[in-house]
Amino acid sequence: MNVNRTRLDQSRAPIYEALENFRRMRVVPFDVPGHKRGRGNPELTAFLGQQCVGVDVNSMKPLDNLCHPVSVIAEAEDLAADAFGAAHAFLMVGGTTSSVQSMVLTACKRGQEIILPRNVHKSVINALVLCGAIPVYVNPEVDQRLGISLGMRREQVAKAIADHPRAVAVLVNNPTYYGICSDLRAIVRMAHDAGMLCLVDEAHGTHFYFGGGLPVSAMAAGADMACVSMHKSGGSLTQSSLLLTGPKIHAGFVRQIINLTQTTSASYLLMSSLDISRRNLALRGREVFHQVADMAEYARQEINAVGGYYAFGRELINGDSIFDFDTTKLSVHTLEIGLAGIEVYDILRDEYDIQIEFGDIGNILAYLSIGDRLQEVERLVSALAEIRRRYQKDRAGLLSQEYIDPEVVTSPQEAFYAAKRSLPLAESTGQVCSEFVMCYPPGIPILAPGERITREILEHIQYAKAKGCSMTGPEDPELKYINVLA
Amino acid sequence: MEMWFSEFHTPDVKHSIRVDRHLYSKQSDYQRIDIFETPEFGRVLTLDGNVMLTERDEFIYDEMITHVPMAVHQGIRDILVIGAGDGGVVRELTRYDRVERIDLVEMDPQVVEACRTYLPSNACRMDDRRVHIHFLNALKFIRRCEASYDLIIVDSTDPFGPSEGLFTREFYGNCYNALRANGIMVNQQGSPFYAEDASAMQRSHKRIATTFPISRVYQAHIPTYAAGYWLFGFASKKYHPTDDLDAEAWKKLNLHTRYYTTRLHVGAFCLPAFLEEMLMEVED
Repeated sequence: MNVNRTRLDQSRAPIYEALENFRRMRVVPFDVPGHKRGRGNPELTAFLGQQCVGVDVNSMKPLDNLCHPVSVIAEAEDLAADAFGAAHAFLMVGGTTSSVQSMVLTACKRGQEIILPRNVHKSVINALVLCGAIPVYVNPEVDQRLGISLGMRREQVAKAIADHPRAVAVLVNNPTYYGICSDLRAIVRMAHDAGMLCLVDEAHGTHFYFGGGLPVSAMAAGADMACVSMHKSGGSLTQSSLLLTGPKIHAGFVRQIINLTQTTSASYLLMSSLDISRRNLALRGREVFHQVADMAEYARQEINAVGGYYAFGRELINGDSIFDFDTTKLSVHTLEIGLAGIEVYDILRDEYDIQIEFGDIGNILAYLSIGDRLQEVERLVSALAEIRRRYQKDRAGLLSQEYIDPEVVTSPQEAFYAAKRSLPLAESTGQVCSEFVMCYPPGIPILAPGERITREILEHIQYAKAKGCSMTGPEDPELKYINVLA
Repeated sequence: MEMWFSEFHTPDVKHSIRVDRHLYSKQSDYQRIDIFETPEFGRVLTLDGNVMLTERDEFIYDEMITHVPMAVHQGIRDILVIGAGDGGVVRELTRYDRVERIDLVEMDPQVVEACRTYLPSNACRMDDRRVHIHFLNALKFIRRCEASYDLIIVDSTDPFGPSEGLFTREFYGNCYNALRANGIMVNQQGSPFYAEDASAMQRSHKRIATTFPISRVYQAHIPTYAAGYWLFGFASKKYHPTDDLDAEAWKKLNLHTRYYTTRLHVGAFCLPAFLEEMLMEVED
């Protein structure tokens, strides 16, 4: 993807330009928001800045309306579609969670089957709770050494399609949080051959559209819909996102689906950040992500030179479950120094003032992006060297297994709304769970509504709790009790 | 004509030096480097607009950061100097015959080049055969070193710019690891006077104190630095900065100094009450 491939003038940013115009017109606001360009809330204005609160405005004719875009928002969406090689792009303001939910709700209805890997983000299963579709899980391969879930193998997808010919869509998590990619082109082909849609949760792959030497993007692979977290690698504000669609998808219907749950007061801070970030990526993304990939490669070499740690990269590629690897991701396996990933994550923050994206049982992930500099990378590497020197111990007693094959008993929607009761966690073996249990981040469920609770799963939960993982999802925030089907 | 160089020591305090001529100005990969000719302070080197040294008062800084550890530990042979691209620290260290090797790690080659041309009285010993210059990020250099040095001198800029990484716990830990069993680390520790400087000083003191068994602070009067009042950190695995001072041995070397004396050495570790309190606050 590069500037030459686009047909529109990517140096334009219509929402940003309209807001600049609007500011110059000094319009008197007798509309919401009530802070009136910040005057009514001086403390907030002092904190966020006049520039910022001054463009926190409401939808109006010169600024268009996200519920039904006809002017500057429509133009910004056209530019985004053009930059990402999509037939249509929707600006989203409810996080990539809202993109994922709109994507799933567009593709399937109550009772229909959807094929997906089990290590999806909770937003996907939440969407199934909302719409009542039935998940058909393809179990991801697990790398035994690293303890991480990989991509879907072609053969497994083919089998799921053959076993469930009436399924309406195949959803692919591409790349995973760790940067692992499936054979997206082949999966799209298989889905289309079977008359199914191919949906891609591309939350961690915004940069695929703008990098040289990076894995194929969903739109380039021919997928029908994709969710890209512009606020992750793309540089826009937190909570802004894009939903991309291919030529087969009816854009008007997608808009209706989005409007079921989307705010009618979409934030212009978020929308302008999408507009400006898209412009930046289209004009400079290729160069920027080259630098990010180079920096990540440098960090991998330096971390591996420390010893003990394993910062993994393209050497993992196996042609199938690890079809490709996103080299901008910096994931490090920590078990060989005798520490769980979550422990290294905590030490980095508490003792070295370094906040990384997450730590799980066996790995940490440092998120490198558009805003990073080499000098901070040096700090991270040196801190890891120090942690090894000070804390290294025998790895005995450390678990590595991250993925446990679930037994789906009922659909997520049925389980979520069914009569339930609360049981002490330790006494719940054999019951059917009616809520989510996950470590956050990464937010991939250990248990989803409708799944059988097993001794193995309970052991995993206890271990993750003991190592300091933050457990989210259940009604009981301390997770001493769990809701099961009555 | 009036031409002045001004530096903000806080948002509300400005220190100005009259300038005769602007001799050098260059934006390197890391920072903006300027050298001025001034009537009162001679040549002045600034990085990103902050005074690094002046010909008139650099002797105070360079003598205090070198002779204090050298007078304590008689076995110093291998030295690592971080920053200090102007050469003043190296100039003082090369006066000792017992020094066998000085590794100078400076991030910015442009600083060294500018100082060789415009500050020859500082850079005069950079070509000494014992001096080895490495243009590298210091964190990268030092994490590969283990028990290799007797003395590490950290001559960094302030903790709010490109040198931020040299005030971190990971860096001090790497230094500890790079020192031999009786090694010493001396660093410029900033000023305790203005609030923002003071809290940065406290943070770095805390990090050093949790890394080294012995960690003390000493002071000097440096007119062109913020508040004219500057601190150095003395962190050590074995030697105490005043109990282990061997004044007789140092005097026998017959080094002529303009600021440092062995009597001042002891006095420099006697701190004002407010500063003792600030240090104690972070030592527990």
